[in-house]
Amino acid sequence: MSIAKASSRPRPKRPQVNSSSFDTALGWQPGRTATTLLRAAVCAIILFVFAGPILTIIAGAFDLNPDPTRLTLIPRNPSLENFAVATQRGIWGFFWNSLLIAGFGLLLQIIVAVTAGYALARRKFRGQAIVLGIFLATMMLPEEVVAVPLAVVLGDLPLVGISLRGTIFAVILPVAASAFSILVMAAFMRDIPDEIVEAATIDGASEMRILIEIILPMCKPALGVVAIFGFIGIWDQYLLPIIAANRTSDYMITVALASLRADVQVGTGVLLAGAFLALIPSLIVYLLLQNSLVRGITSGAIKG
Amino acid sequence: MTDQAGEAMTPLVKNAASRPPAASLRRRVRPQSRWWTVWLFLLPALLLFLYFKFIPMFAGIQMSFQKVRPFLGNEWVGWSNYAAVLNDSRFHDAIVHTLILGFGQSIGAVIGGLVLALLLEGASKTLWFVRTAAFLPVVTATAVIGEVWRIIYFPAPNGFLNSAIGSLGLDPVRWLEDPAVALYSVMAVGIWQGAPYNMVIFLAGLAGVDRSLYEASAIDGAKLRHRLWYVTLPALRPAMTIVLVLAAVRSLRVFTDVWVLTGGGPAGATDVWMTRIYSLGFERNQMGIASAASILLLIASIALTALALLITRKRAEK
Repeated sequence: MSIAKASSRPRPKRPQVNSSSFDTALGWQPGRTATTLLRAAVCAIILFVFAGPILTIIAGAFDLNPDPTRLTLIPRNPSLENFAVATQRGIWGFFWNSLLIAGFGLLLQIIVAVTAGYALARRKFRGQAIVLGIFLATMMLPEEVVAVPLAVVLGDLPLVGISLRGTIFAVILPVAASAFSILVMAAFMRDIPDEIVEAATIDGASEMRILIEIILPMCKPALGVVAIFGFIGIWDQYLLPIIAANRTSDYMITVALASLRADVQVGTGVLLAGAFLALIPSLIVYLLLQNSLVRGITSGAIKG
Repeated sequence: MTDQAGEAMTPLVKNAASRPPAASLRRRVRPQSRWWTVWLFLLPALLLFLYFKFIPMFAGIQMSFQKVRPFLGNEWVGWSNYAAVLNDSRFHDAIVHTLILGFGQSIGAVIGGLVLALLLEGASKTLWFVRTAAFLPVVTATAVIGEVWRIIYFPAPNGFLNSAIGSLGLDPVRWLEDPAVALYSVMAVGIWQGAPYNMVIFLAGLAGVDRSLYEASAIDGAKLRHRLWYVTLPALRPAMTIVLVLAAVRSLRVFTDVWVLTGGGPAGATDVWMTRIYSLGFERNQMGIASAASILLLIASIALTALALLITRKRAEK
């Protein structure tokens, strides 16, 4: 790659035959009124279909008494009343549970991914293939498949004999180790040139220091991928918070929405206020780390 | 995923060309550390996997042969839990629903993703904005999506979707309440959520298509549909295989969407394998039978994953 770039001779000029029509598969052309209009219409429909339902959550949450039969994109009677009712129903407690679990779960997941990824990528040791096999095998053991026995294990941890149920650890620990995160970190660390690490070693840096001060700062793109997939994955948890909870007050906000819906005394607006709160954190993370997300999705899919 | 895992390509081999020959002969300098430190690095991951994946799996295998009775001790019952699952007509229905839902959602999300990618391909800022907005369903928690779609599907004639199709002159539909329609309503939500994800994969694939092929085919007089069929689609085929296989594996264990939207109802019309396991295990406390069903699900998903690896390996060899 670098060799090809280095010899950047002036290219022979090719005759330009309206090449912009070959930029996209459908041959969209910029600046032509007819196609531009068509394209605008297409974009409007797509926005309505995919972003519309999300926008109705926001509009309904701030609408005094939204009619479940007539959703709109703009609140008719703007008010914060829904949030006041949702507060009475303890929505902030569930929100806090979710934030705590997502925050600590993600932190732990990153630590585990960095340490395990480092060991896999930068060290050679006996049994490396077996460890890798174990990590890959866990991808075939999704939480749904082990949910029933996991409920038993969470109630009485083997060997240590303590019960995690009802504590945030019952959700944090099962989501803390993710084979996907470990493999992303390992793949990225493998590409860090040896020379940099060698230079630091000669300077007398310890292994831990090399990991934290040299390798980690170079892994920022991978950390972004791990962070966004980790956060969205943990925030999306539904089954695990149910089986890990002792009481309904232990629920994450995703699960609490269903009980809010079942409450006949609250209306659609309060439910949407809860949905709005459950929506905001993942939205923020998505907007902050968008590029990592695209990188993560495409690296996982195109490479294979 | 497989090549991330392979260890054949060490950095030493990769960088050999760009490095002066003397350096590759020199003994590599590695950070000083004892042999067991590597296991210290691996310990958190291994311990967490042991406790929350492998112990539950073995406990699940064990429980699948037992009648699970709290406080009384479990009783060994052999294969009868498996027999109970395989003879249960509601599990038969659940298999059919899982397959219909998985198949429909996977195909629908792939076609939808492809159409979205073709329509939204391009470099302009507006398109970037539309792509960003279209991706919202993917990052939104499934439970939130379920709740808002329950409102969109409001069964009354003046419900959101019903009034929309009413303006086209169609009769109102009881989307989630009609047993004949409910499964397809759930499927539509799955496609809605899955298509933008696939769009991103296909957009990356489209970016890799050689533009000169479009130009060449145009000179040869190819129409747009020829161009799509002979140039664009073949270029996207590798991405498509992966997307389809991953979706198939994922669809086997679909739970949250169905549970939030319908809870398996009406009258079991949308019961899938996982919602059936959930109701048996956690609502009726038939942990043994639920475990047997989970193990069967595990075997099915391992078989599918193995098939997927086989297909991708074959592709890599070509």
